[in-house]
Amino acid sequence: MTVIQQEWMSNALFSGLPPDCVERLSHTTRNESFESRELIFREGEPADGFHLIQKGSVALEIFVEGRGAVMIETLGPGEVLGWSWLVEPYRWHFDAKALTATQTIVFGGRVVREVFESHRDCGYLMLKRFLPIIVQRLQATRLQFLDVYHARA
Amino acid sequence: MPAREATLTAVFEGHDAMLPSWFRVARIRSETQDTFTLELTADGEKTDFTFQPGQFNMLYVFGVGEVPISISGPPPLRDRIIHTIRAVGTVTRNLWRLKHGDIVGVRGPFGTAWPLKEAEGRDVVIVTGGIGLAPLRPVLYHLLHHRKKFGRVILLYGARTPNDLLYGDEFLWPALPLDLTVDYTVDRAKTDWRGQIGVVTTLIPRAEFDPSRAVTMVCGPEVMMRFTIRALSERGVASERIYVSMERSMKCAVGFCGHCQYGPAFVCKDGPVFRWDRVERLFGIREL
Amino acid sequence: MKIIDVPALDQILDGLRSRGYTLLGPTIRDQAIVYDEIASTRNLPVGWKDEQSPGTYRLHRRDDDALFGYVVGPHAWKKFLFPPVQKLFHVTRNGQELRLNRPKPDAERRAFIGVRACEIEALSIQDQVFTGGPFSEPSYLARLRNMFVLAVNCGEPAATCFCTSMGAGPAVKCGFDLALTELIGSDRHEFIAESGSPEGEELLRDVRSREARSDDLRRRRELMDKAAHSMARSVETSDLKELLYRNQESARWDRIAERCLSCANCTMVCPTCFCSTVEDVTDLSGDHAERLRKWDSCFTMDFSYLVGGSVRSSTKARYRQWMTHKLATWQDQFRRIGCVGCGRCITWCPVGIDITEEVAAIRRGETTSAPTGPLEKSHDRYSTGMDE
Repeated sequence: MTVIQQEWMSNALFSGLPPDCVERLSHTTRNESFESRELIFREGEPADGFHLIQKGSVALEIFVEGRGAVMIETLGPGEVLGWSWLVEPYRWHFDAKALTATQTIVFGGRVVREVFESHRDCGYLMLKRFLPIIVQRLQATRLQFLDVYHARA
Repeated sequence: MPAREATLTAVFEGHDAMLPSWFRVARIRSETQDTFTLELTADGEKTDFTFQPGQFNMLYVFGVGEVPISISGPPPLRDRIIHTIRAVGTVTRNLWRLKHGDIVGVRGPFGTAWPLKEAEGRDVVIVTGGIGLAPLRPVLYHLLHHRKKFGRVILLYGARTPNDLLYGDEFLWPALPLDLTVDYTVDRAKTDWRGQIGVVTTLIPRAEFDPSRAVTMVCGPEVMMRFTIRALSERGVASERIYVSMERSMKCAVGFCGHCQYGPAFVCKDGPVFRWDRVERLFGIREL
Repeated sequence: MKIIDVPALDQILDGLRSRGYTLLGPTIRDQAIVYDEIASTRNLPVGWKDEQSPGTYRLHRRDDDALFGYVVGPHAWKKFLFPPVQKLFHVTRNGQELRLNRPKPDAERRAFIGVRACEIEALSIQDQVFTGGPFSEPSYLARLRNMFVLAVNCGEPAATCFCTSMGAGPAVKCGFDLALTELIGSDRHEFIAESGSPEGEELLRDVRSREARSDDLRRRRELMDKAAHSMARSVETSDLKELLYRNQESARWDRIAERCLSCANCTMVCPTCFCSTVEDVTDLSGDHAERLRKWDSCFTMDFSYLVGGSVRSSTKARYRQWMTHKLATWQDQFRRIGCVGCGRCITWCPVGIDITEEVAAIRRGETTSAPTGPLEKSHDRYSTGMDE
């Protein structure tokens, strides 16, 4: 087992996966690091991968004309960055920028999609793990939208 | 780049395009807490003013200044010029304070028009947000007046709250049914709201139209247009059949002051209506 | 072509004045050569030369008494055709009535003395902006019709000049009423004069002159060739539009923005920049209002202001707008490059940003294999996984 494999396998997303799935996914990974304020991906670009954040923090942003980049949410170690690689047309919906010096493990999305397609059991197990995280993010975003701290008369 | 979607109807031979003509306030009606509709006549008489939907005027308040405002009508009243205006600056706030009979300087109409000819024989889908519905009101009236020339006509409209919805009585909950499919939503609402809540892009996947042939017109804040175009493209609408209305700072409206430049285009004369495939490259460049 | 001397040139200037022209030409003020009203050749910067480089402008004495031994200073002729402040109209209020008053048309006849080739090109570029589109600027047209151009061929370009790259000089080709080439040496001080219009021809006919000989014409050719070949700067223009359109996200813009103060000097001195703003002002009584047109610059923070914020709020976006407009989008708008290579923006930039250098830097940024910006890097990121 490589050092990289050890690092991401311990993540809840992957722990307990059958070894053959782990093996196939591991062929798509590599380490990546970003400086503070460095752009990780930009809205509209091809979304061909996702990141598992190891160290540091990442901000999701939307560029609003006249306002500049508006931060929507931040993500930290252990969290997954990037879903658009799973859904056509495979283009990023937002910007992602490293807030502090950040290290991630990058998974090659196109290859992972192919793995899912050719090994449906791995695909099913992985999607079952991704889904709760996405749902939880959606619910959190809705709560965030409530603006609960706003003082109301 | 200065390709124009429709010919300019303004004729200025020998006339100084910087001089306003005087019109009088016939009526001012509050629409929402920050939006009002201004109706102007040519000094109390019939207004001999023609324009194409999508064009705008420069409205001048004596001693205060001038501001570009899309023309929101006629119809239905053909004897007046109608503008729905959001009061967000000095000139627009002063326009709201005018009284019946006060004079407003008008220069125009300027700019390119919505593709009414290109839309004939096809489904027409209009997606607007907030005040963005105002420049499309004349389009809706044209479509309704010549209903047989068009296929399905769909209006998708999003506003911040129910109180910010415009033209409710005309299009959203009309007294008599219109041959028009309307779907609208708000970002947030109180518990007595029985309508939809969500961003306007959520209305696109379920709108019933033929994306391979429909002509679509989009108007609203740029970020909203960006995500709307994405949703329309994902439904299969080709870039040549998406039209947007751009907004930029304007001082002269006749291509001299340079403020409204958007890449190589002058929004005042090459726009404000643009066919999407011609500005797609520009849209992706931030702070352009 | 004819040969005239300095007294004959003064006679031509007198001739212009007697025809009702105001003479406007180069003269020294505040240690720079500016354009202002002159009376005779004695008001010209006789025997002066300019030394120009990024962020630097100095005048030095020549060792001769050349009348036109310098190039261009901080003023451009646009200030006379497209004035920095212009009243468009004024309105008087009487109760609920408003009356519009148009200013009297500008009937002043202006003779521009000492116009360089790059400036003639710049004038024709501004003509296109103000009269070549669907709308014409009537006051500009009026001033244009009342203009007389006495052009001068440049013999000694400044270090910041690059008119040859823009096809705008150094030789004057057209667009003038009279054109002079100064011939000065230890034993002579004359001008080769050619007329470019009936009015120029008339004025030339009225003064003492001799026919130019073949050695005069050869000398003229030599001067023109020498000037054309001594440009210290250049820009490759054949692909300029595509180059800048391709590089709107280049990291180079961030580098420039670190230096640019967005002071707007470049737009003020540029002979083709035409941006303006419109201001409505009232007097204290509230019964009189004026609309003024004033020079503006895309470098100001509120130039692109819309409700919600300025579209171009960063210096980077504003510099990119100016340079891309001047060199690239101008071509789509007006079918030519908007720059004439006069070098003023280089000289008068307080931090010495050099537009020719920036074009070269952007071009270099394309050919290096190292990623120049965030987009290139992220494209590679997902291509392959790493082998163990």
